[in-house]
Amino acid sequence: MEAYKGFKGQRWKDEININDFIVQNYTEYTGDESFLSGPTEATDTLWAKLSEMFVEEKRKGVYDAETKIPSQVDAYGPGYIDRSLEKIVGVQTDKPLKRGIFPNGGLRMVEQSLQEYGYELDPVTKEIFTKYRRTHNEGVFAAYTQSIRNARSNGIITGLPDAYGRGRIIGDYRRVALYGVDRLIVEREARFKACDPDELTDDVIRLREELSQQISALKALKRMAASYGFDISQPADSAQKAIQWTYFAYLAAIKDQNGAAMSLGRVTTFLDIYIERDLQNGIITEEQAQEMIDHFVMKLRIVRFLRTPEYDELFSGDPVWVTESLGGMANSGKSMVTRNSYRMLHTLYNLGPAPEPNLTVLWSESLPENWKNYCSKVSIDTSSLQYENDDIMRPQLGDDYGIACCVSPMEIGKQMQFFGARANLPKALLYAINGGKDEKTKAQVTPTVFERVTGDYLEFNEVWGKFDKMLDWLSETYVKSLNIIHYMHDKYSYEALEMALHDVDVRRTQAFGISGLSIIADSFAAIKYGRVRIIRDQDGDAIDYVIEKDYVPFGNNDEKTDEFAVKVVELFMNKIRRHKMYKNAIPTQSVLTITSNVVYGKKTGNTPDGRRAGTPFAPGANPMHGRDTKGAVASLSSVAKLPFEHANDGISYTFAITPDTLGKSRDEKASNLSGLLDGYFNKTGHHLNVNVFNRDLLIDAMNHPENYPQLTIRVSGYAVNFVKLTREQQEDVINRTITTVF
Amino acid sequence: METKKGYFHSFESFGTKDGPGIRFVFFTQGCLMRCLYCHNVDTWDLHHHKYELTAEEAVEEVEKVRAFVKGRITVSGGEPMLQAEFLSHFFKLCKEKGMHTAVDTCGFIFNEHVKQTLDHTDLVLLDIKHIDPEKYKRLTSQALRPTLEFMEYLHEINKPVWLRYVLVPGFSDDETDLRNWAAYTSQFKNVERVDVLPFHQMAIHKWEELGKSYELKDVPPPSPEEVKKAEMIFKEAGLPIAGA
Repeated sequence: MEAYKGFKGQRWKDEININDFIVQNYTEYTGDESFLSGPTEATDTLWAKLSEMFVEEKRKGVYDAETKIPSQVDAYGPGYIDRSLEKIVGVQTDKPLKRGIFPNGGLRMVEQSLQEYGYELDPVTKEIFTKYRRTHNEGVFAAYTQSIRNARSNGIITGLPDAYGRGRIIGDYRRVALYGVDRLIVEREARFKACDPDELTDDVIRLREELSQQISALKALKRMAASYGFDISQPADSAQKAIQWTYFAYLAAIKDQNGAAMSLGRVTTFLDIYIERDLQNGIITEEQAQEMIDHFVMKLRIVRFLRTPEYDELFSGDPVWVTESLGGMANSGKSMVTRNSYRMLHTLYNLGPAPEPNLTVLWSESLPENWKNYCSKVSIDTSSLQYENDDIMRPQLGDDYGIACCVSPMEIGKQMQFFGARANLPKALLYAINGGKDEKTKAQVTPTVFERVTGDYLEFNEVWGKFDKMLDWLSETYVKSLNIIHYMHDKYSYEALEMALHDVDVRRTQAFGISGLSIIADSFAAIKYGRVRIIRDQDGDAIDYVIEKDYVPFGNNDEKTDEFAVKVVELFMNKIRRHKMYKNAIPTQSVLTITSNVVYGKKTGNTPDGRRAGTPFAPGANPMHGRDTKGAVASLSSVAKLPFEHANDGISYTFAITPDTLGKSRDEKASNLSGLLDGYFNKTGHHLNVNVFNRDLLIDAMNHPENYPQLTIRVSGYAVNFVKLTREQQEDVINRTITTVF
Repeated sequence: METKKGYFHSFESFGTKDGPGIRFVFFTQGCLMRCLYCHNVDTWDLHHHKYELTAEEAVEEVEKVRAFVKGRITVSGGEPMLQAEFLSHFFKLCKEKGMHTAVDTCGFIFNEHVKQTLDHTDLVLLDIKHIDPEKYKRLTSQALRPTLEFMEYLHEINKPVWLRYVLVPGFSDDETDLRNWAAYTSQFKNVERVDVLPFHQMAIHKWEELGKSYELKDVPPPSPEEVKKAEMIFKEAGLPIAGA
């Protein structure tokens, strides 16, 4: 076949096997960044045009929105930024930045968001989804238990995807480029035919229905591409087509689903194989290769979903988590770094820094030094990268996994995840002390079976025992809520297109999140090694705590305190493991908050570690602001102790350092940052967000946002435009520990 | 034999300014100089140390974060050579463990223990704070001569040296002085690198906390151009300027 000319290997031809194709054909690149090209005129023009639209978007909240036709793979006609200049085409609706609506997930979310931005939902559409068609959101609330409702409204479980898409599913978008859509349809049809055992149980019936939905979605994908003038039924035969078709597949996913996180996967090294072939054959130049990648990335930067302001308060800055994983090692011992890995990072210079795509470097000590130092330089210049430990993920997941959302690793095309929300552990501790009564709302949230603490001081054994019991209730409630949500999501808002780009028999994980871990560790350290007196109000509820003897907080590499953090991660995971998961998924857990640490803090009263009511939690697995006083390495060492085997879905640490602290010259800074990353990951740290900036810069940006339209910073698990954060979140970022010179 | 303990003010687990690579930095307690611009004024008094460690315990601190610092350490201060007896023992242990040792000193103290310490030292970070003896004395309260002799000894034993020069407007930025400083130091082949460190006002709160009067409280930090100018003067004399 012409499309496969020059490609080596057979297995990937016989079966759908992208991993085999990559390993057989990619060219490792160990050189430096000197080969890279700057932006072309077309790139500059297109980006300038978008930048103008961003200003308007920021002013209005949304640039434009659809009010009638629900988004589907081929619901809208083609749209362009400037058709004559775009090397890679396709937008979510008929215009760039115009947001589609996804009532299948929940009508209220659609209606409210439209209203908020001055639009009105078409009455017929509203009638259809009120009168004739049930949504995911309605389904979930029809089944919720009283305990779940209580937990939800009092904020001990927050961020449940019960009103919009769940996300965290990565289609293997590369399959469309390598195989063409027709082959994928043929494979699905064969399986559909074969799926006819003697007994048709509900599992099998469901599978048959899903397969037929997937086939329809693939056909819709072809129609959508055809509207842009491309026939994608056959394999792509050039670099431009490979990028375009991979993008069409991703575009179809974001037209089909308003998922909380719509990640891209790991396409960079795959696409390099096509680019390398065209470069070798003299079909394209380096400048053209970079231009295509720039245009592709430009599209990834304008993915938009319509969300309510409450959602924005939780996850600020319009995040969609177009996460792309770069680098990493192959099982063969070579790195998977290619020239295209450099091109991808280089878009941060050609187009300027940006939060999306969420560029994630899979770090290994064995990566080529040139690549490590280039990544470090990009971090220092842009603060737009995050890093994850390839050396601890690869043994579990092989060399073709990607990161979904912020930190969650999964094998591309072979694995998906049922995710949702985070449990507020500090609140659970306060419930343990007050017998399940909320310290803010005064509501009795749990059943009345929990005894409150009655003494004047917090005694370690008593509090630990009560906390343990409270986690039983919390984990049970949390599991139930996710089981309901994912059952209903499959029923009312199934991701047919994304699942058509997976193996039929996928591995499923069900992921739970915890927040406020450092507050818990510090609270127990204060109770056990310090001394904590209770202050009660007239109702006899504990409302404040006085620390009469000091303790060493989490983040100072202190064994005694850090052990509590380690223990609680394991404890909560084991409690989750005791329950049955939806579709027999494998339970897993993350220590991650994104920007929601601010809202959790707002909803949580005074805690025994000395934190005042309303103060933001530390993000993810971070030590509390300003309590890690022994320097960066001690802080990193504490976080690196958290057990990945009990938090397989990721442990997020957001790190900030001033440029000056990293060293003197640019090269020194880069190699010291690489050294820091080597050290952290060598100590089995899992994830690191790297921010390199001065506090003064952020304060200036807060006061003069117009001067910093592209200032990007890493928050827990993703990046945001700093100026798009709420004032509270900006202050939270500024107050975080920034490592400075001694 | 009872081993001498080291008196420390604090530790930094991510040192990037005191020798090559990421380093574990020990700040010793105690100094005899009284530099006007001292930014660790809380390290002067030897008896007010926060930590007391044996050489073995100090090595253990480094081992805890070995993955990051890869066995690179710097002892700064304070004036480390005030505790040269401890230091010689500590550095000997470090070298046995394959570590890279650096000491940050002003070269004022010289004795047998200092010589032994240097035997186990890979790199000396030396502050020659001024070249004019009068101004040196005014700036540091001590004589310049011992520091120059120390530099000459380091040259004699061919010990790698990184020189550091704190640029303080009105105190150490006179062009003739800078040229003289460069003329003197450029004769030594063992000087591998020279850093010009701009004076900063970040230490002011430490002076205030200790109730000491801070003579430089109104001195502004040098502008980037002034730093560049000093670096150019050094460079013209053939000195290896870092990161320029």
